[in-house]
Amino acid sequence: MSPADRFAALPELLSGDSDLCRRGRWLSVDCRVDVGAEPFFLSIHDGALTALDRGPRLMRSTAFTIRATDEAWTRHWAAMPEPGWHDLFALTKRGAASLEGDLRPLLQNLQYFKDLLALPRQSAKGA
Amino acid sequence: MAPKLDPMVGRYVRTEIDGVPHRLYFEEAGQGIPLVCLHTAGADNRQYRHLLADPEITRRFRVLAFDLPWHGKSTPPDGWERGEYRLTTESYTAAIRAFCRAMELEKPVVMGCSIGGRIVLNLAIAHAAEFRALIALEAADFQQPWYDTSWLHRPDVHGGEVCAALISGLIAPQSPPVHRHETLWMYMQGGPGVFKGDLYFYRVDGDLREKVKAIDTKVCPLYLLTGEYDFSCTPDDTLLTARQIPGVEVQIMKEVGHFPMSENPARFREYILPVLAKIS
Repeated sequence: MSPADRFAALPELLSGDSDLCRRGRWLSVDCRVDVGAEPFFLSIHDGALTALDRGPRLMRSTAFTIRATDEAWTRHWAAMPEPGWHDLFALTKRGAASLEGDLRPLLQNLQYFKDLLALPRQSAKGA
Repeated sequence: MAPKLDPMVGRYVRTEIDGVPHRLYFEEAGQGIPLVCLHTAGADNRQYRHLLADPEITRRFRVLAFDLPWHGKSTPPDGWERGEYRLTTESYTAAIRAFCRAMELEKPVVMGCSIGGRIVLNLAIAHAAEFRALIALEAADFQQPWYDTSWLHRPDVHGGEVCAALISGLIAPQSPPVHRHETLWMYMQGGPGVFKGDLYFYRVDGDLREKVKAIDTKVCPLYLLTGEYDFSCTPDDTLLTARQIPGVEVQIMKEVGHFPMSENPARFREYILPVLAKIS
């Protein structure tokens, strides 16, 4: 399964995590996550994912974008990630990921987003 | 049934730091060689509670962990409301020496983590003869910044939550969840702007590159220990620093991050007991 395929399972992964939904209850935002070359557009409302659109969307506006390479997401989502690949900021520090746009909603809900973006790790643990 | 009491006792000591009166909170346990413990930026002495409760350590060491001014239960100085808090190499060094003097400690061992580790390097550079040994956890002479500290203190972002969320990635994924979340809880409780003020020392004022070459480990032994999951002070940062200091002992701790004593006390114990055995 490609990293993008794993990320595409995000709606089921999030809906199965009631605690993460609870922690995101103050958050409503549209943002973008690029898994390698493939963009995903996330619509989050009160902590729940109301839409996850995979692939390019012309002129879609989002508050911020998180991009990382296929390798970065693959290693980040290992069942036990290696040092330097285990955290979003470990990825940005090594230049394997970037944060762009209005970062305020990201920083206001940083643990929520870190945990959201780590959810595909569950498929590695179950494998 | 008798109350189940932890062995450490907390008290306040009055002292002056650079001529300014302070009331510092500390906890202590044990007897023997004084071992002064320095918490990380934006945190407090509770990070050392497992060390303070370890009879294997407290039978040989009088462990004292104090809260820096502005941190934990140490009050900020009178008039704090009129300025922005900023820790500097000078003020941090003065606070440690003032605490040791006020407690009448004779040649203590000092162990510090993160900013506490960095300042331990400065103690080794400038005041080595005052100490029996120095232990720097997660320390290097310089580290590459990995985020913009202006996010740490602003009205539209919860300071406690953003501080904890930022540093959460510095905890090793193997660390027990209960200790991970206790470490984060402490980060959620810092005063406004205090973590940011501590990082002024880390980022702006405390660059010790070149200066570490002056460290003489024959005057005072120096130990460096860094967790492999620490991407703020990476193992390479520590090893690069160690290469400049003849006689230093350095160790990379497996499955440990930036907060060894609080994120995984049992694992940290395996690494720190042999160091303390050498010192005693």
